[in-house]
Amino acid sequence: MRFEGTDTFVATDDLKVAVNAAVALQRPLLIKGEPGTGKTVLAQEIATALGKPLISWHVKSTTKAQQGLYEYDAVSRLRDSQLGDARVHDIANYIIRGKLWDAFDAENAPVLLIDEIDKADIEFPNDLLLELDRMEFFVYETRQTIKAKQRPIIIITSNNEKELPDAFLRRCFFHYIKFPDRETMQRIVDVHYPGISNLLLREALTSFFELREVPGLKKRPSTSEFLDWLKLLLAEEIGPELLRERNTAKLIPPLHGALLKNEQDVHLFERLAFLNRRGTS
Amino acid sequence: MFLAFFLALRAAGVKVSLREFLTLQEAMQAGLADYDVDHFYYLARATWVKDERFLDKFDRVFAESFKGILQPQPVAPDGVPVQEIPEEWLRKLVEKNLTPEEKAEIEAMGGFEKLMETLRQRLAEQKGRHQGGNKWIGTAGTSPFGAYGYNPEGVRIGQESGRNRSAVKVWDQRSFKNLAGDVELGTRNMKVALRRLRRFAREGAADELDLSGTITSTARNAGYLDLKMVPERHNAVKILLLLDIGGSMDDHIALSEQLFTAAGSEFKHLKHLYFHNCPYEMLWKDARMRGQDAVATSDVLNTYDHTWKLVFVGDAAMSPYEIMQPGGGISSWNAESGQTWLTRIIAAYPKAVWLNPVGEQHWNYTQSTRMIRALMEERMYGLTLEGLDAAMRRLMH
Repeated sequence: MRFEGTDTFVATDDLKVAVNAAVALQRPLLIKGEPGTGKTVLAQEIATALGKPLISWHVKSTTKAQQGLYEYDAVSRLRDSQLGDARVHDIANYIIRGKLWDAFDAENAPVLLIDEIDKADIEFPNDLLLELDRMEFFVYETRQTIKAKQRPIIIITSNNEKELPDAFLRRCFFHYIKFPDRETMQRIVDVHYPGISNLLLREALTSFFELREVPGLKKRPSTSEFLDWLKLLLAEEIGPELLRERNTAKLIPPLHGALLKNEQDVHLFERLAFLNRRGTS
Repeated sequence: MFLAFFLALRAAGVKVSLREFLTLQEAMQAGLADYDVDHFYYLARATWVKDERFLDKFDRVFAESFKGILQPQPVAPDGVPVQEIPEEWLRKLVEKNLTPEEKAEIEAMGGFEKLMETLRQRLAEQKGRHQGGNKWIGTAGTSPFGAYGYNPEGVRIGQESGRNRSAVKVWDQRSFKNLAGDVELGTRNMKVALRRLRRFAREGAADELDLSGTITSTARNAGYLDLKMVPERHNAVKILLLLDIGGSMDDHIALSEQLFTAAGSEFKHLKHLYFHNCPYEMLWKDARMRGQDAVATSDVLNTYDHTWKLVFVGDAAMSPYEIMQPGGGISSWNAESGQTWLTRIIAAYPKAVWLNPVGEQHWNYTQSTRMIRALMEERMYGLTLEGLDAAMRRLMH
């Protein structure tokens, strides 16, 4: 059972090694990286490649670790007791299973994605330490222990909003998805738009990487934005000549709205273009 | 062997635990490294490095530890690589990268043969790696040869991707260099730093009624009221920011101002004022420091009480007289010395730090920096991720 990338996802060698290590040793894999480099998509692709179901748990600022295990719905029980419902005598009726329970209970070990773990409270990862390590937890209300039938493959993503505790990190493998270089980017485009004109792609890549290098950008465009931009270029039938022309005359690439998501960045470019025109005239 | 590498990493400040060491052994036993040095490098990195700030350190230690074992490509005595560049290879390269129209264009410019001839000559003439310029083959130049250049008619000499890289190269590239914690703040790094501020902004305790918690616990309590209180999440931190402006600070001020203006949304109370080199009896509301924007320092001290946290941003580089002597200030006459004013300000704000955008290694060479550092009781931090982190901890502490 090895992960080698898929038809729709280009995995670099170091990513493959990290994923395979996590799968083989059954430890969680922590993924970090710039936004838009495919952190979340990775879990879906691993699930597809290994033929496993995917369970995603999207973490928000209000998410508690307990919600991943189970919740006790005390309010419905209170209401049922007021109404004299017979269900009220069995507490198990009010235990709501969380994503982790689902993952532990599955027959075919699934891929469990814990997305954006850093969004949650600072104690969140600590609260999951034992559960992720031993892959079991105890339900107090019903006095039963839930044990993973097969250890799921756990992928955790983080955007660096909070630091994760050391004890948690020690139990994970870690991979930082760095921004793809030109070569990798070309492969990524080939996967998404096979048959794109070679010339257009080359010019687009040049424009894109130049744009990323401009100092002072608030938000540098990412892979997914580049793909959107390419799609637009194709839809608008903008040729490579137009892209190349801007190298000398104008600085803002056509349809820049897909790449620059911030009005300050657009202003920055307009200013640069203005200076450039003054410099050449 | 591995043990030496492990110890070297720990010595370099990468926190690798025994548990992770054993995990790597386990992974090796499971045959995950394929007896391939690249894979071993990736595996060790995924197992031992848990923070992208340490990736660069890891690369350096890895290169150092395995230097003797992994030989680079053979090189002839005069320094030119042994391998010749065959004509076919060049041709293939061109066919891969150029379209028929472009080839026609080159034909018009003097022909493909001529271009290739020049390329071969250049490759033979050139000895080392090269960047910029308009003749040599390298990166980012305007010569027709090389990578990432601006000459659209150029020939791109691509790096072979993936597997055929020479062994040492992957980690010697040090591609994670700008993620290291001690480099100065870039746009990306700044975002991370801001999040550190946010963490410290979320703390601060007050009690309020937790409505949903009360309902839940009342239900749990079979309907008897059970009140729950939670700490208030609002942000109680107040920041008074004093920015050094003008002169040597011009290079840094945009950065520091940006940093804290962006933090403005996090802090309900963020007040920033300007000074030149050293604070005296006047501070300014505006960076242009005009008369009508001036406020008396004593008014500031009275307006903002000791619950405000004080952050100086400045390079602390000036003539020692500007600190020690009355009248030493360069922008106006000051009746009392900078030292007196600084001591007064610091006494008014027990929680104060000084952020210095100049690299920490240079501090000791400037007398005024040493003096201010002493006045600040060593609470001077570099304007880097690590420095900022330490400074924020100090403020909250």
